[in-house]
Amino acid sequence: MSNVGKSEIRVDAFDKATGRTKYYEDRMPADALYVRIKHADIAHGMVKAVDKAAAEAIPGVVKVLTCFDVPDIPFPTAGHPWSMDPGHQDVADRHLLNRHVRYWGDDVAVVIAENEVAANQGVRALKVEYDVLPFVLDAQKAMEEGAPQLHERFPGNVLKHTDMKKGDYQKAIREPGLIKVEGWYDTPTVQHCHIENFGCFAYENGGRLTVVSSTQIPHIIRRVVGQALGRPWGDIQVIKPYIGGGFGNKQDALYEPLCAWCCTQVGGRCVRLDCAREETFVSNRVRHAIRFHIVTWLRKNGDIAARKVECFSNQGAYASHGHSIVAKAMGSFPQHYPCDNMECDAWTVFTNRPAAGAMRGYGMPQASFADEANIDDCAAALGMDPYEFRQKNVMPQGFHDAFSGNTNYYDSFRQCMEKGAAYIDYERKKAEFAKDTGPIRRGIGLATFWYNTAVYPISLETSSNRMLLNLDGTVNYQCGETEIGQGADTAYAQMVAEAVGLKSYRDVHVISCQDTDVTPTGLGAYASRQTYVAGFAIRQTADILRKKILDYACEVTRQAVGNMDIVDGNIIRKGDGSVLMSLRELAMTAQYNPVHSEHITAESTYTIRNNAYSFGCTFAEVEVDIPMCKVTLKNIVNVHDCGSLINPALAAAQVHGGMSMAIGYGLSEQLLFDEKTGKPLNNNLLDYKLSTVMDHPHLEAQFAENPEPTSPFGTKALGEPPACSGAPAIRNAIFNATGVAIDHNPINPHVLFAEFTKAGLINDPWRSKED
Amino acid sequence: MYDMKALYEAGSVEEAIALRLAHPEAQIIAGGSDVLVQMREGKRAGKELISIYGIDALRGVTIDEEENIRIGSLTSFSHITKDPIIQRYCNVLGQAVDQVGSPQIRNIGTIGGNTCNGVTSADSASTLHAWEAIVELTGKNGVRRLPIHDFYIKAGTVDIRAEEGEIQTAILIPKASYENCYGHYIKYGLRNAMEIATLGCSVNVRLSPDKSTIERCRIAYGVAGPVPMRVPTAEAVANGAKPTEALVEAFGNAVIEDINPRDSWRASKAFRQHIAVEMAKRALRESIILAGGELA
Repeated sequence: MSNVGKSEIRVDAFDKATGRTKYYEDRMPADALYVRIKHADIAHGMVKAVDKAAAEAIPGVVKVLTCFDVPDIPFPTAGHPWSMDPGHQDVADRHLLNRHVRYWGDDVAVVIAENEVAANQGVRALKVEYDVLPFVLDAQKAMEEGAPQLHERFPGNVLKHTDMKKGDYQKAIREPGLIKVEGWYDTPTVQHCHIENFGCFAYENGGRLTVVSSTQIPHIIRRVVGQALGRPWGDIQVIKPYIGGGFGNKQDALYEPLCAWCCTQVGGRCVRLDCAREETFVSNRVRHAIRFHIVTWLRKNGDIAARKVECFSNQGAYASHGHSIVAKAMGSFPQHYPCDNMECDAWTVFTNRPAAGAMRGYGMPQASFADEANIDDCAAALGMDPYEFRQKNVMPQGFHDAFSGNTNYYDSFRQCMEKGAAYIDYERKKAEFAKDTGPIRRGIGLATFWYNTAVYPISLETSSNRMLLNLDGTVNYQCGETEIGQGADTAYAQMVAEAVGLKSYRDVHVISCQDTDVTPTGLGAYASRQTYVAGFAIRQTADILRKKILDYACEVTRQAVGNMDIVDGNIIRKGDGSVLMSLRELAMTAQYNPVHSEHITAESTYTIRNNAYSFGCTFAEVEVDIPMCKVTLKNIVNVHDCGSLINPALAAAQVHGGMSMAIGYGLSEQLLFDEKTGKPLNNNLLDYKLSTVMDHPHLEAQFAENPEPTSPFGTKALGEPPACSGAPAIRNAIFNATGVAIDHNPINPHVLFAEFTKAGLINDPWRSKED
Repeated sequence: MYDMKALYEAGSVEEAIALRLAHPEAQIIAGGSDVLVQMREGKRAGKELISIYGIDALRGVTIDEEENIRIGSLTSFSHITKDPIIQRYCNVLGQAVDQVGSPQIRNIGTIGGNTCNGVTSADSASTLHAWEAIVELTGKNGVRRLPIHDFYIKAGTVDIRAEEGEIQTAILIPKASYENCYGHYIKYGLRNAMEIATLGCSVNVRLSPDKSTIERCRIAYGVAGPVPMRVPTAEAVANGAKPTEALVEAFGNAVIEDINPRDSWRASKAFRQHIAVEMAKRALRESIILAGGELA
């Protein structure tokens, strides 16, 4: 192993640091028309009419199109692999523009103009008349009788309900002497806040449509654009350049179909559709707000006798990824803290909020907040240390899940917890902090999580690769699993160099830009799957390439194929290690041989029918200023068992990013809505409190590197896991510091003020006189 | 691309006045960190702008012949923070404006813009109120000076007479206001950068030469009302008092009498009241210590 397990410099580092990297806007034709969307300013209703006259009169406005102009083709948007089974296909509930407005910000009309100013003026000049309907923002309220209905096909607003049962919960809770720990845990609507807002452009070219998009999933976008426009998929070409982050928001068809359709309405001229930050918050996708009701029944010795979990997932206005998220959240419970008697239910419910889709962690940050808060509540009820309670109850070594086929091969949870406790000095600090009684109190908390590496067996897992031997002995590499800032291209380069036998990862040229006309079909970047999934295809395709190389080398060197190997970019004879020829010599000879010319290339598809557990934990140390209602995060460490590391520096960077997201989720981030109108209140980066670098302590990333047996390179998920356990660890640290258990995030100063007042830690004498 | 009708650039105060008189509807723009944001939001779309950003005569901090600290209206926040005169005589102002937004905003944003915007949350405003700053306006009829308290008329509105071609040219802090005076500013935000204050509190004290008595205490808030405000009841409690913990408590509790924060989705009135009291106490304690005093 020479090319993997090393902290190589990113393949795109130089271009990114010097500003040369080309994003979708850098590829924009100068004469592109601007598309601006008229978003509804009601939460629910029907569009009666759109008065276009004033907008059309504005100089520079080329065309105004409304919800009355679009084809009547409902389409799905989720970035899932297509399913051949209609029962498993994503819900097709979108139109390009909507007459039935289902949330504040829904798309009603577009203005296409020569320039940005005219397009904006045009949108402001549109007059939309509505029949206003009552709206509902809360998932459980939307399930009540008489609630406003969003979709005809889903009476009662329930998109889907599933359950899981194990043992006999009702019987189990009758055991005498059990301690009941019950809580309602609420998680908020948050947004991905990737640096680059979503945008795309489209043009017609030889009767086909080309869409260049800031997306994680180019091949899936091709399918959805084809579906939405009613055109054969081969008519569509999707190009994915470098993108400025996605975190799942761009694992969805956002406005590519609308942009492509607008292009067809102006004679195939290039049109661009760029989302402003305000639109990105509301009219792209958000994280599902999920409410959990957990009842845990404990024996006095700390055993979990029975557990009931109910999950209410706020889907917002459109199905997008739908029930998949809460299904994953619910599915985490029986495996995280296995117990013999469980009852779990999950509902995904339409409401008049922005559509929720995929977001880093895919239900697990929500589940982890609720589960780990309840677990700390359980430990408190027993008077046990939360660390000890977890050591006792968390998934044991050897645990096997029959559905996914996953096995906990090592004792990963305990290893991770031990490392984290050692780093943060858990025992000593806990004892020291327990003495704090003044206005400033310190505390320490932890939380654990598990995560699936890929989507098998729920969805298809496949990866296709192409490798081409260049004439200088380097290798071009293509795959459909996209670079979205996470460093996938660098990991691929290292893995390809390793699998083929090249000297350095620099001898691999990863063709970063996916173009559905030429890139082997792949599913894109999501589910923390890239390194794991691509690993299978890389190993298989490299074997094909190596065989072709050695077959040709056999012709030239007359050595038996089996006696040769490729090491450090040379063909060697295994017996004595002598270098027979370099790959460059072989490639040149093969290409220019007048008798047998060969362009040495390999391509293959691997269908993965495995999955793998990824594990980890967070320890957080906080200082709580009670009178100021402020939490300062003093120290935080994540420990992950994500298998072998391909690139330790990139792995640590991945963890840092996830920890940052978890800090915001725990302490500050929340998209707010006006209860009276349904209008989003803080859809901008000033009022939406994304945490800044000034809010972060040093972020410590550690690893327990247990090689994953099912993976060709020993790897498993790390993309999403770092975002999963931070928020509950912070919640538990605040609980430890103050004795106040807060069951909803973010735990911001407003929440602390209310909770501290309720707990009697704050007592404002003037309030009784006023309130 | 901004939706602006026209941009006029003034090279001098005289040109700015002339442009103002010629284009009475135009919006003055300095650093642009407020105006361009509003224009992008559509609030000032299609407007004419008069840029005064090129008038270098309005930049810098000096001590004038009356021994006032004179801060040119176009002086940037980062300049104020690093200016030796400010650091020596009114360091708290430098610290306050160092909490505006981000480094980029502090390099482009000006103290003139921060005050002319008329918002209660401006990080400079509470300290300028607490130090009884004087606003200098220059128009076709010459120079007009008025206390900053009178400059703020209501939320978003300040006393600048466009019809007289006025622009703000300086902010002055009189010697009587800054001499032997030490202050502390606390900005309450929901994160540690990129914030507009939930509440801002600026306190300063002048102690007796033997440090045994608070000769003068001033306190002002941003976001405790529609415009920045002083808190006379609390000041009366502290003026002439001994610096003790009991005084700090009484001082903090007294602010409730005068402040009037609003209830909004950004923060409840009860929450703002609560932190106002705590911030007053902490800022007074810190001011006394900065002035060389000790809390008994």
